[in-house]
Amino acid sequence: MSSGRTERAIEAAWRIDAPRIIAAIARMTGDVATAEDFAQDALVAALRSWPEQGVPDNPGAWLMATAKRRAIDHLRRGRMLDRKHEQVAYDADQATTSPESDLHDALDNDVGDDLLRLIFTACHPVLSAEARVALTLRLLGGLTTEEIARAFLAPVPTVAQRIVRAKRTLAEAHVPFEMPRVADRAERLGSVLEVVYLIFNEGYAATTGREWLRTDLCEEALRLARVLAGLMPDESEVLGLVALLELQASRNRARIDRNGDPVLLMDQDRSLWNRLLIQRGLAALDRAQMLTDTLGPYTLQAAIAACHARAHTPEQTDWVRIVALYDALTELTQSPVVALNRAVAVAMAYGADAGLELVEDIADEPALRGYHLLPAVRADLLHRIGRDAEAITELERAAAMTKNERERTLLLDRAASWR
Amino acid sequence: MRFMVIVKATKDSEAGVMPGQDLLEEMGRYNEELVKAGVLLAGEGLQSSASGARVRFEGKKRTVIDGPFGETKELIAGFWILQVRSLDEAIEWVRRMPNPHPETTEVEIRQVFEDADFAPVATPGQMEREARLRAQVEAAHGS
Repeated sequence: MSSGRTERAIEAAWRIDAPRIIAAIARMTGDVATAEDFAQDALVAALRSWPEQGVPDNPGAWLMATAKRRAIDHLRRGRMLDRKHEQVAYDADQATTSPESDLHDALDNDVGDDLLRLIFTACHPVLSAEARVALTLRLLGGLTTEEIARAFLAPVPTVAQRIVRAKRTLAEAHVPFEMPRVADRAERLGSVLEVVYLIFNEGYAATTGREWLRTDLCEEALRLARVLAGLMPDESEVLGLVALLELQASRNRARIDRNGDPVLLMDQDRSLWNRLLIQRGLAALDRAQMLTDTLGPYTLQAAIAACHARAHTPEQTDWVRIVALYDALTELTQSPVVALNRAVAVAMAYGADAGLELVEDIADEPALRGYHLLPAVRADLLHRIGRDAEAITELERAAAMTKNERERTLLLDRAASWR
Repeated sequence: MRFMVIVKATKDSEAGVMPGQDLLEEMGRYNEELVKAGVLLAGEGLQSSASGARVRFEGKKRTVIDGPFGETKELIAGFWILQVRSLDEAIEWVRRMPNPHPETTEVEIRQVFEDADFAPVATPGQMEREARLRAQVEAAHGS
């Protein structure tokens, strides 16, 4: 192996194994910041010795053993050796002498538990959403600070600061490296799922052309979601999130036309949808639905996405079912934006009049004040029942509300075409 | 990015010799690791070419040729589709794979074309518009 190849092999092994190494060390030291430091030490040691000695047969076990040894030294130096730590140290020493025992470790459930603790800690509600996202990508994605900064179009020092502060916040709040208590579990899980969804959307919103770094964010979010599903196979909403992301990602290739312009869902060339991802999404949705009688918000959104995925043509879309799913989602989220989406679905299922009635019901919602899509949707529905004069007025209202030049032009163009 | 990991056929696999229990178990554990790491999209083992066929294309002419086919080393015996972050990561996963055959074989790693390989180069303005219009898609169609 050339030294360049060896270095790349080390980095690849590191990316694969870093999360479980950090998780295992954090269980020993009780804190993720030092755990990451020791794991990094192992990487540095590998970069120093592998180019000469060659890549070990089991790189993951080597990195794990090295990181554990550093952690034990640290614990000893800090005179933190109570009996529990001695036991840990003993176990770890065994591991250093026999890489196989680590491999067994890696296959055993403890590792899964450690990883879960790491995820719940990185996504702790004591942290801001931004900090949770950065820390999760760093600790569970194995991304460098530079990579995170590039993906989020943020300056490197800003992201570095964010991560340092996040670790400090965890330490100052004495967040234990533990699974959430039963009473907190739903909230804590919600926080984890939100982080994964945020990462996905950051990539999805900008997935165009050669912006591969942003696409990478989508893939990273999908990977994290799949990892979560492996760790919590009985959590309906985890599978619901996996389903939602697989189904959304399945449409990636159809979302942009030849000119780089976005294509609306109903206008997309469905032959470009990725069948494998659709199949995976539908399978995850099935499992999510089997696990509970009351579907959560991610599962409901996945079920709506599935209605589109199952329709080979836009005309085959099961709008009646979509309305029923939106009923449940509106009930659950109490969101006026969801209610607006529901009105559109009702219009598709039961006619524009029915949809329009619902739009009027929510027109005075304070949350929708100044939201240009409200008059835009109303315009579309009025146009469909031939009330073009009112429709044009609504389009002009929408145009006045949007802060975006290009969108304003589009809205006014449409208004002109209805005259 | 996605890679197809291709296991080549051997005399044994072409003769329909099934893998031993040990290998099946090892492969099962390996596949589980791939799933847990969130990188396995799909994977299948293939029967010997005796149960397959080829369609030969010559201009407008189509000729069906029944298996088995002779040139064993050019045949494949199975594949995985992995979604990973680099070729090096795919290589590292393949290095960790149990040896699929008693004889010396090679496992091939090939990159799958991505959406970006087909999409035109988008300007920042276009990307911004896409982000905005996505909100509209959501409002208009729910997802």
